[in-house]
Amino acid sequence: MDKLIKLVEDIAKLWANYGGLDGQYLMGIRRTLILAVAATLIGCLIGLLCGILNTIPYSKQDPPVKRFFLKLIRVVIRIYVEVFRGTPMILQAVFIFYGIPYFTDTQVFQGNSGMWLAALLVVSINTGAYMAESVRGGIISIDPGQTEGAKAIGMTHVQTMTNVILPQALRNIIPQIGNNFIINVKDTSVMFVIGFVEFFGAHRNIVGVNLLYFPSAAIEMIGYLTMTLIASFLLRLLEKKMDGDDNYELAQADQLVMAAGTYSHPRNPEKALEHSLIKDEDRERVRQEQKQGRTRGER
Amino acid sequence: MSDRENVLQINHLSKSFGSHEVLRDIDFTVRRGDVTSIIGASGSGKSTLLRCVNLLETPTKGEILFHGEDVAARGVNPSAYRSKVGMVFQSFNLFSNMTVLKNCMVGQTKVLKRGEAEAREKALHFLDKVGMAPYINAKPRQLSGGQKQRVAIARALAMDPEVLLFDEPTSALDPEMVGEVLSVMRDLAEEGLTMLVVTHEMAFARDVSSHVVFMRDGVIWEEGGPDALFVSPERPETKEFLSRFMGR
Repeated sequence: MDKLIKLVEDIAKLWANYGGLDGQYLMGIRRTLILAVAATLIGCLIGLLCGILNTIPYSKQDPPVKRFFLKLIRVVIRIYVEVFRGTPMILQAVFIFYGIPYFTDTQVFQGNSGMWLAALLVVSINTGAYMAESVRGGIISIDPGQTEGAKAIGMTHVQTMTNVILPQALRNIIPQIGNNFIINVKDTSVMFVIGFVEFFGAHRNIVGVNLLYFPSAAIEMIGYLTMTLIASFLLRLLEKKMDGDDNYELAQADQLVMAAGTYSHPRNPEKALEHSLIKDEDRERVRQEQKQGRTRGER
Repeated sequence: MSDRENVLQINHLSKSFGSHEVLRDIDFTVRRGDVTSIIGASGSGKSTLLRCVNLLETPTKGEILFHGEDVAARGVNPSAYRSKVGMVFQSFNLFSNMTVLKNCMVGQTKVLKRGEAEAREKALHFLDKVGMAPYINAKPRQLSGGQKQRVAIARALAMDPEVLLFDEPTSALDPEMVGEVLSVMRDLAEEGLTMLVVTHEMAFARDVSSHVVFMRDGVIWEEGGPDALFVSPERPETKEFLSRFMGR
C-alpha cells in the first residue's frame, strides 16, 4: 500500500513539475500529434498519387513511348514501396538525416526547423509507402463496371478517378488510414535518434534528470492511449458520416401522386423538384384535403 | 430509308483475345433513327461487338466510322467520342457514391461542362421520363434492379447521345422488372432515338426494332428487317436459333 502511495506521489510530482500547459509532457504531445497528423496526411497524398499512377491503364495499341513511361512509373513505385516498407523507420531517419549532408552543400537539416523537416520527411515517405499499397487495393476493390460506366459517358482516366473511384476507394481505406495514423502517433517516438523531442523524447529528458522511470512511463502510457483512443473514435465518426444516411426521402411528399414504375408520374420535371422542396404548411394542406375527401381529379 | 444519314459504319471489324478470334470481319451500318437489335446465342460475340463500338474493347482490325471519321484509329481520343455514344450495361454500373440525381448530372457537368442548373434540369427531365423522378435522393444500393437500370438509361440520355447502346439491359433483372425497362426502351424507340440493342428479348427485337442482326460464331450470320428475319429466315441456323427462343 505504501508503495502504491509512493507511486501516486511520484506521478503527481512529475505532473506538477512537467505537466503544465507549457510543460514538457504536453509540449511533447503537441509535437507528436502535429508530426503524426501532418505526416499521415502527406503520406496519404503520396499514396494516392502512387495509386493513381499505378493504375493508369495501357494497352498494346498505345504508342511505345507511353507504354515505356507507364511501365517505368510502376517499377519506380514498386522499388519505393519495397525499400521503405522493408527497412526500419529508425534506420531510415538516421540514413536520411545524416546521409543527405554528404550529398548537398546546403545544410538542409540544421536547427529546429531542419529537425522538423527531417522528421516529417521520414515519417511521410514511410507512410506513403504503406498507403500506396492500401490505395492500390482500395482502387482495385471497386467494381470495374463503374470505371466502364464512367468511361462510357466520356470521362477521362483522371475524371473517373477523382469523381467515381477515389471517393469510394478512400471510404474503403479509412480503416487503413486510421491504422497508419495510430502507428504514426506511436512510432514517431523513434525520431529521438535525430534529436527530435516529441512525447517519448520528453520522457527521456525527464527521467534523465530524476530517474523516475516507472512513474513517467505510466504517464506516457496513459498519454499515448488517450491520443489513440480519441483518434479511433474520430475515425469511426468520419466513417459513419461518409456512409451517409441509410434512408432517403422520396422527392414527392405527396401521397396522391403515384409511385414510380406505374408510369403515371408528373410530366413536368419542375413539378417533381417542387415536391422535394414542399413546405410543411403545404403538406398540412394536402393532409387536410385528404381528410375532406377531395378526389384526384379535382386536384 | 437510305436517305437518312449514317451515324455509325463498322467496316471489317475483327477482335481477338489472344489467339481466340471473337469477332471476324463484321460490317454493318447504323443510320439515324434506326433501332438495330443484335441477337444470337451466348458466346456469339454480340456483347464484344457492342463493347468494340464504344471502344471499351479495342478492335484488333477494322474501322468504326462515326459520321465518317474513324474513331478506332490510333491517336484518337476515345473520351470525346464516347460522350456522344451512350451505353447502358447489363449490370447497370451506376456510381454507388452518388445519389440518383448526381449520377445523371456528373457526366453533364464534368464532360460536357454544362452548368449545374442546366444539368439538374436535364437530369430531372430524363429521370421523370423513366419514372424515377421521386427517387432523386436515393443511392443506387437502395434501389431495385429495374429502378437502377432506368436510372442508368436516364444517365445515358442526359448526355444527349446520338446513339444509345444497350448491352443486354434486361438480362440481370427479375422477370417482373424486365417489363418496366422494356417499356422505357419502347418509348425511346418511338421517339426516334437511334439505338443499338444486344438482347435476348425476342419479342422486343421483333416488335420494336427496325433492323435485326443475327450473330453466330463471331460473324454476322444473317440480317434484315424484323419481319423478314423472324418470319422467314433464310439460313437454317437462324431458323433453329429462333425456334429455340421463340418456343420458350
